[in-house]
Formats: sequence, structure tokens, C-alpha cells
Amino acid sequence: MSKRDSKSGSISRRRLLATASAGAALAASPLGINLLHAQQPPIRIGMSMPQTGGLAGGGKPSLLGIEIWRDDVNAKGGLLGGRKIELVVYDDKSSASETPAIYSKLIDVDKVDLLFAPYATVPTAPIMPLVKQRGLLLIGNFSFQVNSKVGHDMWFNNAPWGPPDSWASSFLDIGQKAGGKSMALLAADQEFAQNLAKTAREVAAKRNLPVVFDQAYPPNTVEFSSIIRALKAAKPDIVYVASYPPDSAGILRAVNEIGVGDNVKLFGGGMVGLQFGTVMENLGSLLNGVVNYNSWLPEKSMYFDGTKDFFEKYTKRAIEAKVDPLGYYLAPFGYASGQLVEQAINATKSLDQKGLAKYLRENTHKTIVGPIAFSADGERKETAVLQAQFRGVVDKNIEQFRSSGKQVILFPENLKSGELVAPFEAARK
Amino acid sequence: MDLLLDAVVIGVLLGCFYGAVSIGLSVSFGLLDVPHVAHPAFLVLASYGVYIINEHYGIDPLVAGLLITPLFFVLGLVAYRLYYETFEKRGTDAGVRGIAFFFGVAFIIEVLIIMQFGVDQRSVTATYIGKSWRIADMRIPYRMLVAFAVAAALTIVLTLYLSRTFMGRAIRAVAQDQEALRLMGVNPIKVKQWAFGIATAVLGIAGALLIIVAPVEPTLDRAYIGRTFCVVVMAGLGSMSGTIVAAIILGVAESIVLTSFGASWAPAISFAMLLGVLAVRPQGLFGRRS
Repeated sequence: MSKRDSKSGSISRRRLLATASAGAALAASPLGINLLHAQQPPIRIGMSMPQTGGLAGGGKPSLLGIEIWRDDVNAKGGLLGGRKIELVVYDDKSSASETPAIYSKLIDVDKVDLLFAPYATVPTAPIMPLVKQRGLLLIGNFSFQVNSKVGHDMWFNNAPWGPPDSWASSFLDIGQKAGGKSMALLAADQEFAQNLAKTAREVAAKRNLPVVFDQAYPPNTVEFSSIIRALKAAKPDIVYVASYPPDSAGILRAVNEIGVGDNVKLFGGGMVGLQFGTVMENLGSLLNGVVNYNSWLPEKSMYFDGTKDFFEKYTKRAIEAKVDPLGYYLAPFGYASGQLVEQAINATKSLDQKGLAKYLRENTHKTIVGPIAFSADGERKETAVLQAQFRGVVDKNIEQFRSSGKQVILFPENLKSGELVAPFEAARK
Repeated sequence: MDLLLDAVVIGVLLGCFYGAVSIGLSVSFGLLDVPHVAHPAFLVLASYGVYIINEHYGIDPLVAGLLITPLFFVLGLVAYRLYYETFEKRGTDAGVRGIAFFFGVAFIIEVLIIMQFGVDQRSVTATYIGKSWRIADMRIPYRMLVAFAVAAALTIVLTLYLSRTFMGRAIRAVAQDQEALRLMGVNPIKVKQWAFGIATAVLGIAGALLIIVAPVEPTLDRAYIGRTFCVVVMAGLGSMSGTIVAAIILGVAESIVLTSFGASWAPAISFAMLLGVLAVRPQGLFGRRS
């Protein structure tokens, strides 16, 4: 027994030497790096995302964009010397009532390292007081003005909105240049659309632009013929619509059937849904003439480092994930959210939330959707929201939207790819 | 005045659409007392069936609706048998537990649709979608005229079936006195199962209308639970023609409010009308007195 112990002790010393040598060799090799790093805990990023319900059409591609970023980072070996990224995701069913409980669980039970907000304004608004109270960094995901009253200094929105009135201002600029002297406002009766409508009213008031029709409609409105008829009777020059995906299709169908009148120079502005591939394919030629906001379009000026590579990956994965085949609107911004925290973590070499927030606030960040810099309220310093007019769209052909020219960019000036065709009815032909 | 006339015309057409999507529920809930909260989920499922046929074979959505009707009849037979065996047969609180059963069915249907089709909106193509009929200054969407015609046809066929055929009368009898029917040697459960099959089969056509009037998405059923139950209860349980009349009243009220007072008030006005009717006539506008 003792002999064996001794012998084994002797072997143990040799083995120790061999193991140490092998360990050193492993650590120096790429395989060794992976093995050593595999033992480190992952960086866990928690979020809810609408995967069912009315916002799921946006939530799913947004999540796919974030997942592609995660896979890219993990393929490069992770962050902070080899910590892999792990996403903790819950379905919030597009409901504002679900998100406070989900984010409490992410913080207190799952104990995630970082938080991403869900897609859209409605599910995000209720979690703002919670993250402010806990002093946590939150990367926003295309919500609009959720921080304007909360004033959380660790909020950073990935959306290109910029100053609150820039969205309405750019749309009304185009309308007024086309000779518009009055405005109609049609908005869904919920947080995002009402925020848009509010800023549009304020901008119109500043410019002495009369609002001749101002109506909110409830979610789940089935038929828009009556509303469009009443709008047409008001004879506006500019029609600003702030709608959500199910309603946008109903409104455009009613416009096609009833008409909005020859006065109208500009129609659209804030219609959510007209950025999603399947909705655009379904609506086809009904889209022609509509001038609507967008975040990314396949124009030359919109490609930055990694953009092309990202869309090649997205197009392949979107098919099996059964999400928006185009993915222009949200997916690259989901990827950019990841790039924001990646750059902050690499620069600060920590996960300290205050340090990350300070870095994000004080620097300009390179992303696949262009450089991003934040103002004090966590929104973009300068607006990068596009206003683009649908032209020459035919029915039932999603591939047409992959080429330039189907959505002509009218704003901002540096990305402009054409002039407005007006009046609206002429642009529809 | 023109706007008001427009609102009334569109309201009648909208009401007919509401009537068409509610008339199956008038049989299952109104006549059979089955708390069929999965009715709108079956409706959306039928829309997706119509979508598949229209998308792959280019068949008109209404014809596609007719084609899936036999499938939905069988689906109704199976669904009722399952409900009867697992819930209705077992106790007096079948109504409450039945609601849980049908809620479960609705969620399963919703998830199955999401897994198969994803969450995006789907729509169909037909020559009458997106065009309108111009009369003087008024423009009436053809798709709403189709809804009007189909609703009228469904009401006439169902009313004739329930009043002129042996099985139809048996269905009305089972609604009035199940025990009396049993004493006459008829199995009321088989009659109810048949009636539930008819109520579900009707959804084949109604589902076609749903996707003709507007694009559909998997969770659209939630938007129709309130409306369909409101129509059936306001009509008075079990009245086919009453269902259409109640639906038209709701449609016209909604349309006038949308045009004249602001869209936000429309749902409140509709349900206020329901409460008003129930306060004056608890059995509904055309319902039988208990």
C-alpha cells in the first residue's frame, strides 16, 4: 500500500510536470484558449421580446438580429477574455402588462448581467420606472419617447429617432414644400401612436399649420371606410397617419377603395407595418405613393462595415426562423444593440453598469447601421429616420424590395435618392 | 348629411359581416348553451385554410371557404365529442369548466398557427378586393358587398334548415327541452354534436369573409371574442335572423360613431347598447323567454 503510494507519488510528480507542460501548450494554442475560456461564466443578457401578439412581426426579426450578433461574438471567442454571450429571452406576448414581472424576474431571479428592452414602445414603457429605481443600464429597442418623463440617465435607444419633434418635422417639411397648407391627423389610440400625434400637433402649431381633422381610433378597429370618408370630407393637404401593423393594412385598403381626395399632397408618416416584408408583399401596389418613415433601406449610402455580411446571414436564417424575409427595419438595429454593449465592455473592460453607461454617453459608436452618438436623454443626437416614398410597387413580389428605387428616400438630405411625386393620387398611378 | 348616409350604408354592410362571423356562435352558444369561446379561434383557423388554398391554387377565397366546410363540419363533431366526454358529461358546473376547455382549445389553435405560418399577417387575392362600387359620390367596397351577400345567404340557409328539416327541428327541440327529446327516443347528445358540426362548418365560409375583409394574423381571434358574443347575446340566444339584425344595429352604431363622434367611442357605444338592450329585454332583442 505504502509502496504503491510511493510509486504513485513518483508518477504523480512526473504527471504533474507533464500536465503543466501540456497545460501551457494548450493555453498557447487556439484550442487551449477555447478550453480555458469555456470554464468562465457567460455574460448573460436578459430581455423580453414580443414573439406572439400584434408586435411579434417586429419582435422576432429584432431578436434574430441580436442572436446573429451573439453568434458572431461567440465565434470570435466572446468578451472580457473569453466570456461567451448568453441571451435569456421571454415572450411578453406584445403586452404591456407582462413586462414588469418579466424584468423583475430577469433582475432578481435570473440575475442577468445586462438588460435589453423589448421591441416597441408599449411593452417598454412600464419597465422604465423599475430600471431607473434599480439604477440599471437599459438598451432600448425602437420605443418612442419612453424616457422623456422618466429621465433615466442609463437609457440608450437603438432607434434612429433623434429629437422628439424631428420625425413629424421631416414629414411636414416635405408636405409643406409640396404646397401643403393644412393637416389631418389619424392615430391609433395607444402609447406609440399618441406620442407621434402629440409631437405632430406641436410642430403644426409652431408652424401655424391648421389641423383640420384629428382623430384617434381604438385598437382592433376592423373597418376604416367610415374614418377615411370623414377624413376625406375635411379636405386636408397633408395626412399624417400613426398606426400599428394590423391597422396600417386596413387603412391603406380603405384609402384605395374610398380615396382621400385630390387635395392630398402627402400621405403616411408614421405607419408601422409598412416596413415588414410580408406586409409590403401583401399590400403590393396599394403602397404606391405613400411616404412613410423607415430605418434602413437597400440604398448604396446605407452600407457600413459589416452591413452586407449581416444581411447575408440574416437572409439565410430568416427562412428557417419564419421571420420577415427582408428584415430591414429592426434586425440590423438588434445587431447594433449588441455592438453598442460590445464596444462599451471592450473599452471599459468590465460589466459595471455605470461605467458602461458613461462610455456609451460620451462616445460615438461604429455599428452596421452607421455611427451612433447619444444625447443626454439617451436618444440619438441627430435623427437618422428616413422618409421614403413607395414607387412602382407591383403585387405579390417580395423580391422587388431588395433592389433600390422601390422606396425613394426623401429625407434626410445626405441620403436622399429622389424627389417627391405629388399629389398623392397622381403618385399612386 | 352625405356623411351620415355613407355611415349608415357602410354600417349595414359592416353589421352583415359581424353577423356572418357570429352566426355559428348563435347555434353553438345560443341554441346549445356551449360556452364556445374558441369560436373566433376556429374562425381564424378557417381563414388560414382559405389562405392556403388561395395562395397555392389561386382559387377564389369564397370557393375555398366552401371547400373547407366539410372539414370544419368533421372538426366540429370531434370538438363537441371531446368537450362532452371530458366536461359536459361530468357535472353541473360544465359551463364554467367548459369555458376553460374552450380557452385551452383557442390557445392551442393560436400556437399551432404561429408554428406553421409565423406571426406575420396573411391576406388573399380576389378581383373584388381593393376595388369599390361608385354611386354618385359614394364608394362602397366590393369586399363589404360580398360580406353582405354571404351573411344574407347564411342566415336564409340556416333559418330554413332549422325550421324546415327534421334535424333542424331536432336541434331547436334540444335547445328547448333536452329531457323531452330523450323521452321521445332521440339521443340529444348526437343532435347536439350534429348541431355543433353545423356551427363549425359555417365558420369555413365566415373565415373566408374574415380574410376577404381584412388581413389576418394568428391572434386576431382575441379581437372578435367580445364582438361575436355581444352580437349573439344582444340578438337573443338562438335567433338566426335576430343575430343579423343585432349585428346590423351594432355595425350602424359603430359606423355612425366612427364618422361623427370619434373612433375612440365606438367600442364603448356598442357595449353600452348591449347593456341597454339587456336592461329592457333580458332575453335579448329576439330571444325566447325562459
